[in-house]
Amino acid sequence: MNIYALVKRTFDTEEKISISNGAIAEDGAEFIINPYDEYAVEEAIKLRDEHGGEVTVLSIGDEDSEKQLRTALAMGADKAVLINIEDDIDDIDEYTSAKVIADYLKDKNADLILAGNVAIDGGSGQVGPRVAELLGINYVTTITELTIDGTNATVVRDVEGDSETIETSLPLLVTAQQGLNEPRYPSLPGIMKAKKKPLEDLEFDDLDLDEDDVEAKTETKEVFLPPAKAAGRVLEGEPADQAAELIKLLRNEAKVI
Amino acid sequence: MNFDLTDEQQMVRKLVREFAEAEVAPGADERDRTGEFPKEIFEKFSELGLMGLPFSEEYGGGGADTTSFAIVTEELSRVCASTGITYSAHISLGGAPLHLFGTPEQKEKYLTPICTGESFGAFGLTEPNAGSDAGGTETTAVLEGDEWVINGSKCFITNASYAKHLAVTAITDRSKGTNGISAFIVPTDTPGFTVIANYEKMGLHSSNTTELILENVRVPKENLLGEIGNGYKQFLATLDGGRIGIGAMAVGLAQGAYEKALNYAQERKQFGRSISNFQAIQFKLADMAMNIELSRNMVYKAAWLKDQGRPFKKEAAFAKLFASEMCMRVCDQAVQIHGGYGYIKEYQVERFFRDAKLLEIGEGTSEVQRMVIAKQIGC
Ligand SMILES: Cc1cc2nc3c(=O)[nH]c(=O)nc-3n(C[C@H](O)[C@H](O)[C@H](O)COP(=O)(O)OP(=O)(O)OC[C@H]3O[C@@H](n4cnc5c(N)ncnc54)[C@H](O)[C@@H]3O)c2cc1C
Ligand SMILES: Cc1cc2nc3c(=O)[nH]c(=O)nc-3n(C[C@H](O)[C@H](O)[C@H](O)COP(=O)(O)OP(=O)(O)OC[C@H]3O[C@@H](n4cnc5c(N)ncnc54)[C@H](O)[C@@H]3O)c2cc1C
Repeated sequence: MNIYALVKRTFDTEEKISISNGAIAEDGAEFIINPYDEYAVEEAIKLRDEHGGEVTVLSIGDEDSEKQLRTALAMGADKAVLINIEDDIDDIDEYTSAKVIADYLKDKNADLILAGNVAIDGGSGQVGPRVAELLGINYVTTITELTIDGTNATVVRDVEGDSETIETSLPLLVTAQQGLNEPRYPSLPGIMKAKKKPLEDLEFDDLDLDEDDVEAKTETKEVFLPPAKAAGRVLEGEPADQAAELIKLLRNEAKVI
Repeated sequence: MNFDLTDEQQMVRKLVREFAEAEVAPGADERDRTGEFPKEIFEKFSELGLMGLPFSEEYGGGGADTTSFAIVTEELSRVCASTGITYSAHISLGGAPLHLFGTPEQKEKYLTPICTGESFGAFGLTEPNAGSDAGGTETTAVLEGDEWVINGSKCFITNASYAKHLAVTAITDRSKGTNGISAFIVPTDTPGFTVIANYEKMGLHSSNTTELILENVRVPKENLLGEIGNGYKQFLATLDGGRIGIGAMAVGLAQGAYEKALNYAQERKQFGRSISNFQAIQFKLADMAMNIELSRNMVYKAAWLKDQGRPFKKEAAFAKLFASEMCMRVCDQAVQIHGGYGYIKEYQVERFFRDAKLLEIGEGTSEVQRMVIAKQIGC
C-alpha cells in the first residue's frame, strides 16, 4: 500500500504560550508533531506493517519542521517530504495548505492518506477533507478504527461520543481522532536510522501552481489569548429569583442574549 | 564551538523524558518504600533498544554516543535515581569493560545479552577491605589446568542479582602489586558463586546492591578479560567512563529536586505571599539553577571528549565531583524550601535527598576524585 500521513509542526498547548507582535512567540514555546497527526503516523505504520508498502510523511513548513518529520521517521515512516513555501507565500491558511498538498499528491497514486482530525493550533479541521475534495477521493473524518481488506475499508468514526461504521473503498483519506491508537515511542534504533532515511525538500517552484492559485481565503485580524478566567459566582435565593438574576447577567454583563 | 545537541541526542532526550514521566515516575515512591527492582521498566527499555545504547550494533547495541548515554541517565534520575543508577551501572560498569577489553567471542557471548537486556550488567571491584584503595584487592584467581579458580568476596555490587554474568577483579600474581590484578568474566550461576542482597540502605532503595561470595568458583581459561595483570588499569579506565554516568545522575537528580522546589516555592504562601517572592528563597533557587547548568555542561563536555577519543580522565573527575557535591547541596536546599513538608515523604524531595548521598561515594569518593585531579594537574 502506498500510504501518506500529513504532519504539522505545532506549538505544545500544554506548555506556556505567549503572544508578541500579534503572533505566538516562538521563543520558549515547545514544538511537537500535532498530536492528532501522531495518531495518523502511528496508524500508517501499523497498516504498512500489516499490508506491506511504504509510508511517506508530508509536511508544509520551514526547515524547523524537519525535526517533526525526523521524529515520524524515527517512529518508523519510510520517507519524508517537506514543502517549504514560506519564502514565496506570505499568508497560509487551510485553503493554501490543501491546494499545495493536493497538487503534490495528485500524481502519487496514494492508496491511503491519513491526516489529523484537527491541528491543535488553528483547530479548523479543514485541511484533510479539502485535500480529498481536490483529489476527488473518498474521505471519512474523526475516525477511531480502520480496517483495510483489499480495496475495501471499514471505518468507525466518532460522532460526538457515539460511533458510526462506514464501508468505503480506496483510495481514501481519513482524519484521526483520539482513541484510534496509542502512538509508539520512537525506539533508539529508529532514532539512529532516521537521519539516513530520505527527506525530500521541495519549494513552491517545484509545484504546478501559481501564487494566485493558493492565495489565502481568510485573513487573521488579531491574535489574542483567552481572558484570564475570573472567579465563579454562586447565585443565591429561591430558584425563580436565581433564574431571573441569571438572565439579567447574561443580558447585561456577559451580553450574550 | 557548538553547544546544540544533535538531532539524535534531542530525540533521545524527548523519548526518555516522556518515557520517564509516563512509566518511571508514577511508581518511584512505592518502589522506594518496598525496594522492588524496576524490572518491568527495563523490559520496556529493552524493547526501545536502549539497553545497549552506546555499544556496537554488531553486538545488538544502539551505536549511539556517550552524550546520549548521559542524557538517558540524567532523564531517568530526574524522576527516580534508583532507576538511573541501575541503567548507569548496567552500561558503564557492566557493558563497558566487555566492550573495551573483550575479545570478539567474549563480546558475542557476554556483551550481546547485555545489549538486548537479557542480562543486566554489573562489575565486581569493591571488597570489604578494598574500597578507595582498589589496589588492595584480596580475591585470588589461580590457574588449575584449563580453569581459573577464584576465591574471595566483593561488596556493594550493583545489579548482580539480575546479572547472568559479570566481570570481577582478582589477584593473579601477588608479587607484582597492582600489576598482578586481572579481570575475569564469571557467570553468576557458576557453582560456588553466591549473590546476597541484604543491605539496608539510606537511599536508592529499588537499586539492587549485593555482596558476592566466591568459593572455588571455576571458570574456563578463556574467561580472562583483557590482558593478564591489566585488571587494575582496566578498571581505572572503566571508572573514568562510569564517572560520567554518576555525574549525569547527579545532574538529573538535582534537576528533579530543583523543579519540585521551584514549583513549591511558587505555590506556598506565607506572610501573605508566595515564598518565591522572598529574596532568601529566590537566591537559593538561582544558585540551584546555575549550579545544575554548570554541572551539566561539564558532564556533557567529558562525554564529548570521550566520544572524540580524547583524554577525559580529569574532566570526568571534574564532572563527577562537582556534580555530586552540587546535587547534595541542591537536594538539601530543596528540602529546606519545602519547610516541614520537605521532611515528609509525600513531597518526594526527601527521597531525592537520601538518594543523592551515594553520588559522593560510589565510583570513587569525593576525596578520591580530588586525588585523581591532583595527579592529573601534576601534583
Ligand atoms: C549503593 C552502592 C553501590 C555500589 N556499586 C558498586 C559496584 O557496582 N561495583 C563496585 O565495585 N563497587 C560499588 N560500590 C562501592 C563503592 O565504589 C565504594 O563504596 C567506594 O569506592 C568507597 O569505598 P569504601 O566504601 O570501601 O570506603 P573507604 O575506601 O573505606 O573510604 C572511607 C572514607 O575514607 C576516605 N579515604 C579513603 N582513602 C583516602 C585517602 N587516601 N585520602 C583521603 N581520604 C581517603 C574516603 O574518601 C571515605 O570518605 C557501591 C557502593 C554503594 C554504597
Ligand atoms: C518532624 C516535625 C516535627 C514538628 N513538630 C512540631 C510541633 O511539635 N509543634 C508545632 O507547632 N510544629 C511542629 N513542626 C512544624 C515546624 O515548626 C514547621 O515545619 C516549621 O516552622 C516550618 O514551617 P512550614 O513547614 O510551614 O514551612 P514554611 O513556613 O512554609 O517555610 C517554607 C520555606 O520558606 C521559608 N520562608 C518562609 N517565610 C520566609 C520569609 N519571610 N523569608 C524567607 N524565607 C521564608 C522557610 O524558611 C522555609 O525554607 C514540626 C515539623 C516537623 C517536620
